[in-house]
Amino acid sequence: MTEQTVDAVVSNSIVVRAPIDDAFAVFTEGIGSWWPAEHHILQAELAEMVFEPRVGGHVYDRGTDGSECRWARVIAYEPPHRFVIRWDIGLNWQVETDPDRTSEIEVRFISQDIDRTRVELEHRNLDRHGPGWEAMRDGVNSPDGWPLSLRRFASRMEDEKS
Amino acid sequence: MVTNQKGALAVLAEPTRLAIFELLADGPRAVGELADCLPVTRPAVSQHLKVLKAARLVVDEQQGTRRYYALDPEGIEEIRAYFDRFWKYALSSFKAAVEDKEKGRR
Repeated sequence: MTEQTVDAVVSNSIVVRAPIDDAFAVFTEGIGSWWPAEHHILQAELAEMVFEPRVGGHVYDRGTDGSECRWARVIAYEPPHRFVIRWDIGLNWQVETDPDRTSEIEVRFISQDIDRTRVELEHRNLDRHGPGWEAMRDGVNSPDGWPLSLRRFASRMEDEKS
Repeated sequence: MVTNQKGALAVLAEPTRLAIFELLADGPRAVGELADCLPVTRPAVSQHLKVLKAARLVVDEQQGTRRYYALDPEGIEEIRAYFDRFWKYALSSFKAAVEDKEKGRR
């Protein structure tokens, strides 16, 4: 029997001009300052994003009407070196309540020198999202979904990658 | 974000098909093995597999006298490519934000 050899991991990294403590803080508690604004599943207008800085905490969006969308759970939190969150979003763009069908993101921060930090991100267990991948692909291609600028950013990232 | 329930999700809305899909997530299986785990007949399983295959959710392969079914690896690759694009975009946005903040501190 042939084994399934699908690569269910996405790895990305970037070097930022900032000390490790600042990089970690902006990535976590400052998530609202950089998270792509169009990527929210909240119905209401977004008021803020909250990253609860502890194991068992949530990452959530809060709407201007007070509604909340808890889309990730913190499963490891080791500032300023690393954290892991469970990505609780199903491929139908709803919060996924079954942990067996969620993927996981680990982010590591590595100090290069006093004001440069390498950030390594690994999004793994993507195969758990297997059912319904077409729906996600349709979401990518929908006019209100992920814009063309993704490709532009992707090529810019290639230049900056070190 | 627009929610989308079309395509593969509609196919998987049927509970038996979803059960088959989840069994295959553990590894490839033959029709008989699937039928043994489910409260439906073998022909019914075959029928569901046909629908799953048409939706590009599963692939099949003949191994000797048996036909094995597995999750379609291309489906996983689509998901991978999707997240790859997303994180490249998100990390560059993060870089801009953190470096802006640092400039403000100097």
